[in-house]
Amino acid sequence: MTEPVLSLVGVSKRFPGVLANDNVDFDLAPGEIHALLGENGAGKTTLMNVVYGLYKHDEGQILINGKEVEIDDPNDALAQGIGMVHQHFMLVPVMTVVENLMLGNETTRGPRLGSLSDLDEKQVAEDVKQLGEVHGLAINPDALVQDLSVGAQQRVEIVKALYRGADVLILDEPTAVLTPQEAEELFRVMRSLIDEGKSIIFITHKLKEVLEIADRITVLRNGKVAGTTTPSETTEAELAAMMVGREVILQVEKGPAHPGDPVLKVEDVKVKDLREQMVVNGVSFEVRGGEILGIAGVQGNGQAQMVEAITGLAHVESGHVTIDGRETTNLKPRKVTEAGIAHVPADRHKHGLVLGYPIDENLILQTYYLSPFSRRTFIQPKAVRANAKKLVEEYDIRTPSISTLAGSLSGGNQQKVIVARELSRDIRLLIANQPTRGLDVGSIEYIHNRIIEKRDEGVGVLLVSSELDEILGLSDRIAVMYAGEILTVMPANEATKERLGLLMAGVREA
Amino acid sequence: MDSVFFIGILTLALIKATPIALGAMSGLMSERSGVINIAIEGMMLVGAMVAFLGSVAFNNVTGGGMPKAYSLVFGLFAAMLGAGLIAGLHAYLSIHYKVDQIISGTVINLLAIGITNFVANAYIDPNSIAGVGVFPKISIPILSKIPFIGPILFNHAILVYVMLILVALLQYALFRTPWGLRTRAVGEHPRAADTVGINVNRRRYINVILGGTIAGIGGAFLVLQSVGRFQKLMTTGRGFIALAALIFGKWTSVGALGSALLFGFAEALGVRLQLGDVNELQALVLLTGLGLAFLGLAFGLIKAIRRGSDTRPNRRIAIIAIAGIGLITAAMLIDWPTVNIPVQFLGLLPFIATVLVLAGFVGRATPPAAIGKPYEKA
Amino acid sequence: MRALVTRAAVPLLAIFTALLVSAGVLLLQGTSPIKAYLALGEGAFGTQTAIIETLIKTTPFILGGLAIALAFRGGLFNIGVQGQLFMGSIFAVVVGYSIEAPPIIHIPLAMLAGMVGGGLWAAIPGYLKARNGAHEVITTIMLNFIAARIIAWAISPVGPLRAPRTVVPETQAVFESARLPILIADTRLHAGVIIALIAAFVVYWLLWRTVTGFEIRTVGANPSAARYAGINVERNIVLTMVISGALAGLGGAIQVLGLAPYNFTTGFNVGLGFDSIAVAVLGGIAPFGVVLAAFLFGAMDAGARLMQLRTKVPIDIITITQGLILAFVAANLIIRRLYRIRTKAEEGPVSLSELWGGEN
Repeated sequence: MTEPVLSLVGVSKRFPGVLANDNVDFDLAPGEIHALLGENGAGKTTLMNVVYGLYKHDEGQILINGKEVEIDDPNDALAQGIGMVHQHFMLVPVMTVVENLMLGNETTRGPRLGSLSDLDEKQVAEDVKQLGEVHGLAINPDALVQDLSVGAQQRVEIVKALYRGADVLILDEPTAVLTPQEAEELFRVMRSLIDEGKSIIFITHKLKEVLEIADRITVLRNGKVAGTTTPSETTEAELAAMMVGREVILQVEKGPAHPGDPVLKVEDVKVKDLREQMVVNGVSFEVRGGEILGIAGVQGNGQAQMVEAITGLAHVESGHVTIDGRETTNLKPRKVTEAGIAHVPADRHKHGLVLGYPIDENLILQTYYLSPFSRRTFIQPKAVRANAKKLVEEYDIRTPSISTLAGSLSGGNQQKVIVARELSRDIRLLIANQPTRGLDVGSIEYIHNRIIEKRDEGVGVLLVSSELDEILGLSDRIAVMYAGEILTVMPANEATKERLGLLMAGVREA
Repeated sequence: MDSVFFIGILTLALIKATPIALGAMSGLMSERSGVINIAIEGMMLVGAMVAFLGSVAFNNVTGGGMPKAYSLVFGLFAAMLGAGLIAGLHAYLSIHYKVDQIISGTVINLLAIGITNFVANAYIDPNSIAGVGVFPKISIPILSKIPFIGPILFNHAILVYVMLILVALLQYALFRTPWGLRTRAVGEHPRAADTVGINVNRRRYINVILGGTIAGIGGAFLVLQSVGRFQKLMTTGRGFIALAALIFGKWTSVGALGSALLFGFAEALGVRLQLGDVNELQALVLLTGLGLAFLGLAFGLIKAIRRGSDTRPNRRIAIIAIAGIGLITAAMLIDWPTVNIPVQFLGLLPFIATVLVLAGFVGRATPPAAIGKPYEKA
Repeated sequence: MRALVTRAAVPLLAIFTALLVSAGVLLLQGTSPIKAYLALGEGAFGTQTAIIETLIKTTPFILGGLAIALAFRGGLFNIGVQGQLFMGSIFAVVVGYSIEAPPIIHIPLAMLAGMVGGGLWAAIPGYLKARNGAHEVITTIMLNFIAARIIAWAISPVGPLRAPRTVVPETQAVFESARLPILIADTRLHAGVIIALIAAFVVYWLLWRTVTGFEIRTVGANPSAARYAGINVERNIVLTMVISGALAGLGGAIQVLGLAPYNFTTGFNVGLGFDSIAVAVLGGIAPFGVVLAAFLFGAMDAGARLMQLRTKVPIDIITITQGLILAFVAANLIIRRLYRIRTKAEEGPVSLSELWGGEN
């Protein structure tokens, strides 16, 4: 038995309030591609950040070639031959590839003037070109990073790690930002690196890829190792089950839906992102009053932009959005809101609340200009306070007072404030985007019940979530969004975790 | 317009440009590392006062026995120290206490004005302390004999040469050395720098303080190479003009020098205007032409060096540059009628130009990406 | 009550500590700080004349501080208060001597002109920020200088606003009908202080009681959430700058309409920009606090003259103290550590420097 190149024994990492890694054992054999699989929040990135020296583990040991080592910062990791390609690239956009590669470890020429010596960019450029050729990574050393495509930037990050002499490469969700073709390129590169004698840890949540490229697979769930296996010994379905666990789905009391007329119609909507890429690529669906349409999918497949297109916050390139029969495409956000939409945004701190405001002001964020909260341009504090008192009680918001700043509330109560604000209006459509992300079980249950309640009042609900349990528990119909498109729409009783998991990973159905 | 006139005005322009260029380089050091610096004015002011007091003190202590040049040099170093210390306060407030960088800059400016006025009113003016003198002009042998360029560039007192050397040194250092690479990374993407083991905050501290010492040289110039004594508030806004020069020069030292020369030329033109050598309309056209040509050439040059992929504004830049050159030629060849244009309007040039650049009317003025944000380790 | 005490603790201790440090400077210089401070106090409050001087000097600080505080609340850094004040003065002066009208019309008209002048001058950087993301710190500083030069020309011998038959650069004096009424006969105390206090109330009312104020504050507190709430962020940026500039312009108008010789001349309120920032921050960027902070700064300015007379201490010790106060309030951690105060995380001034790069 050959000594593993890297071993983690009983590694735990704690953050305030959460045990991110729980007594993890993991090893990487020389020359293997070992996939680290798990849902968002399972603890994969945290574990690798510990290995790379960005975090310090609380318990356990790290061994390199059988010897225990201390890794206190990335320099130590690099010295041990460990390199990491992060999910969010650590590249300076306005500098060239060569400059980024040299940073912190510069090659100089001419008289030795310490840090004022002349940079030897030519030498590094040549070294980089060679390195690229050896591994089949096309690199233009003189290009500015900001001009490179995402795939090219990733190649630079990989070369950066190799240039520093890494023998162990950690790739964190590398295909999350790649097109299918670029992903294939990446796999080819990975195999070539293995041939060179490197070893690779590959973090992902995508099942198909794992089976295609990995030699071994370790599944993390809720910070613990759920199992280790090999592609030949398992199936996608089995892996999906290991990832999400066989826990009971949060069952909400839910009667049958009585859907009425469509309140929202989305027809072939296309949205571009800041890089002029089509991030929503011709999406069509409808939501009827009195039903919940759940859009499942890993975050980053265009859901946020689609929601922004519906609410008027993003520009619709082509296609139509209709609310209650009225065309609302590209209307100003306030006009869309007035057409009867409620929006619980995914990022509650950035978009949903003003953390520096007290609760009562947050509760009128959408309605402050309307009676009774304002009369002839003057805010009516009495009405604002009365409204706040009523909503705090009605929605069970735990707070010392209605003047408490929103930033002091717990996540669950913050979300309740947003939910109270949105649901207490007279609405036809509720858009709930990741409504229970990061919340405790009690708050999750509460918010789910309110959503069902609204549905039963005849409101149409568009639920966007990357939590399968949530989608399965609440929705009447389910669609899956992947790479800017809606893959399938199915009635809820035809959906299973396995089926949805596959769709979410991009496996289209025949 | 004959060559004597040109030599005279260009020489004057270089002299006027020196403190501005030094101030701009002070800002450059700070801002390239990611720390906003609106306190260049305050640092220069402190530098000026310390330069004066330092040189006088040295002269008194040595009983006038040494050649005055020693006192002046001592004053220069004292100025660098004083300005560096006050820059250290700016760094301390904004890096350690994470005070908003503009507010900490305001603190420096207030303290600088207060302290220098105080000292002037308490010691300097009541005792009519006389200065030690100014740096003499040093004519560089051989080089100063070159026709036309010689007298303009090589016949100055020492701080002009210091400034020119600093410009070259900083341009080289910032773009061709490890120090420069790391500094720029810290200003653009501090987290990326952190992940390769660079100490972001320490680097910022050092650069802000070094920048302060350069501002100190600028302040010293005003006393030790100009009027020879300290006057209250003698910087008269040069620190802010330096900031404008920095932005106008797209955060490079060569660009800052170019902008400073442009602004200095405007000042020099103003002087000649009083003497009646130029008329106002001619001056205005000449300045506008120079400004446009400078912008066009500067932006165009930067684009060429940077090999960027954005080629769309190239035509606009070419038009601006050509228009500029055209105006310059027209200014010099045509016999302009005397039109009454207020001389103050010439002095508006640096400020209007900066506003236009910031407004995005002539290409983009992008500061280092991470500027203004205190760095927190994850 | 307890909350009020803790909130006031840091500013008060900052002032105290700053005075302590300044006392140290005085000792170094060889003056007794006690003598100096007593003279300062007497010069500010000792006689009726002193109190009046204090009130007169407080007035521009109130308006400058309000201008900056309001801009801060809207997420903007208006350092152009000086230029906007100048513009306000000029507009007010011109209206003051160009038309004839009874005081009841002339005075409000002149003050309105001042507000228009300041507002317009602030609209420029506001528009550039809203449209192109141009950082308002630099644009306002540049406009300060531009305003100073334009006005210098205007009151120069060849300028249009120069008073006839004088050798000093100054404008004509405004007519009697435009001058602010004197509150106490035979004194300098003009109605400007009342106007400034009213302005403070109005700003409070505007920011916390009106729809517009709510929008301004929301854009300042969280522009992303404001956009999601349907607020037009760009329009609010311009509006905030205009109102801020109008306040500064009003301050300028009051200076020319309230104080002899009722004209505009150079050497006018120089350096007000930065100390207004200190007033605003010390006052917790809220109108009531600004008034108190302005009163402190006005008192210090007023008393400084007597202090200099009696103890030969240059009045610039006041500027040093003001700078120290700002430093201690802004880096309130220093004060809190020094005096072991524990306060709950308060909403401090928005960090506006993060928008320097033009990203909003």
